[in-house]
Amino acid sequence: MKRITRRKLEQAVFVWLMRLSVAAAAAILGLILWTITARGLPALSWEMLTQPPKGGFYLGGGGGILNAIAGSLALAVGATALAALAAVPLVFYLHVYAGRSRMGDWLRLALDVMWGIPSIVYGAFGFALMVMLGLRASLLAGIITLAFVVVPIIARTFDEVVVLAPRELKAATFAMGATRMEYMGVLLRQTLPGLVTALLLAFGRGIGDAASVLFTAGYTDAMPSGLLRPVASLPLAIFFQLATPFPEVQARAYASALVLTVIILLISVLAQWSLTRLGRHVIR
Amino acid sequence: MLVGIPSVVYGLWGVLVLVPLVRDVLAPLADRTLGQHLPLFAAQNASGYSVLAGGAVLAVMVFPLIVSVVDEVLRAVPREMREALLSLGATRWETAKCVVRRRGLPGIVAAVVLGFSRAFGETLAVLMVVGNVPRIPGSLFDPAYPLPALIANNYGEMMSVPLYESALMGAALLLLLVVLAFNIVARLVILRLGKGAAA
Repeated sequence: MKRITRRKLEQAVFVWLMRLSVAAAAAILGLILWTITARGLPALSWEMLTQPPKGGFYLGGGGGILNAIAGSLALAVGATALAALAAVPLVFYLHVYAGRSRMGDWLRLALDVMWGIPSIVYGAFGFALMVMLGLRASLLAGIITLAFVVVPIIARTFDEVVVLAPRELKAATFAMGATRMEYMGVLLRQTLPGLVTALLLAFGRGIGDAASVLFTAGYTDAMPSGLLRPVASLPLAIFFQLATPFPEVQARAYASALVLTVIILLISVLAQWSLTRLGRHVIR
Repeated sequence: MLVGIPSVVYGLWGVLVLVPLVRDVLAPLADRTLGQHLPLFAAQNASGYSVLAGGAVLAVMVFPLIVSVVDEVLRAVPREMREALLSLGATRWETAKCVVRRRGLPGIVAAVVLGFSRAFGETLAVLMVVGNVPRIPGSLFDPAYPLPALIANNYGEMMSVPLYESALMGAALLLLLVVLAFNIVARLVILRLGKGAAA
């Protein structure tokens, strides 16, 4: 065989192998979504979405998972807000005051590493913190723990966007006699879509994370009623419902998983949309 | 899109699809063919809740992470390198092969290490399919008891028994150390690659 033919053949073989792996990835995504939808949709009802569990819910009784939906939303919103409070000034400090410094590099490395720490470790840490502060399993403890989980996500994602801000913006702002503080406002306007994406990403992670809230937020069949009371969360609701031996209750677990997946997909669509919608004031 | 799906959903998918698959198809098949000779593949009375199912769920969960990191690494490869290779008459596949071998390999290894550490610490998805029997698994089809699952399952009871809390915190520490070490090494390698590309 001629050499060029052999080389082309080799290319063809590997291109097909690569196509195969792309197809496998797409197939698995499709399979997961299809399984959850096919098993969850029949069990999904209006009652499930609008009512907290009634007596004997885990034995197949009436009621729904509103407590978990509300609890998860409260946890994720609280944690995202708390984490943004820490992460956003951090990123601004890095870019406006610290400049290109060694400390910045180390901080980024530290955040990347924090991103990789498993959430069960954060959960254990949060529990130890709770015991130290004398807190019970509560919404507040869950929010604090979850905030630890999402700080690196917000900080690193936002950081990536701020890096891309044009250097001329900084020069122009300072040339007009603005202080660094005022430059921060300009920078915020420029990077707002990125910030929103970072927050939504953190929210999505927060609402789907179970291991960190397992010991810290507790679980309850009641609606969330205060910062110091335990709250339910969707992932744990799915987990507990699946653990029962009754098929009707397990079917509800599939439906809850469908609800959770839909929420997450909505968030990623929203993130895409915010990128274009909020980008009107951005200088490109 | 796969990155955003919460781990409970993966776990649920594992329970619905993988566990029956392992129980009804893979385990009997492996037992009949390889299990007679190799204890690794022995599968008597396999329930399906097994190391294999846990591993498969993790594989599905981790691979988007690996994809995104490798993507980032390969993007750092200078374009001139690709152009030079193409101008030498290499096919597109040969270009990819050389670029990957020269510049991308450490990054790909780092990505795999990151994926490994993510899998190591994943809790709920594994907990749901792995079986949770505190015994060293002898075969792919035996149940097992990974570290995060151990912590999650025992946390509720730890207040009643002295030393229990310390033991669980020890498990958490071990988990943290392994993950930290892997993460730091992998991130340093990736950082190094990025700098090389900029220079």
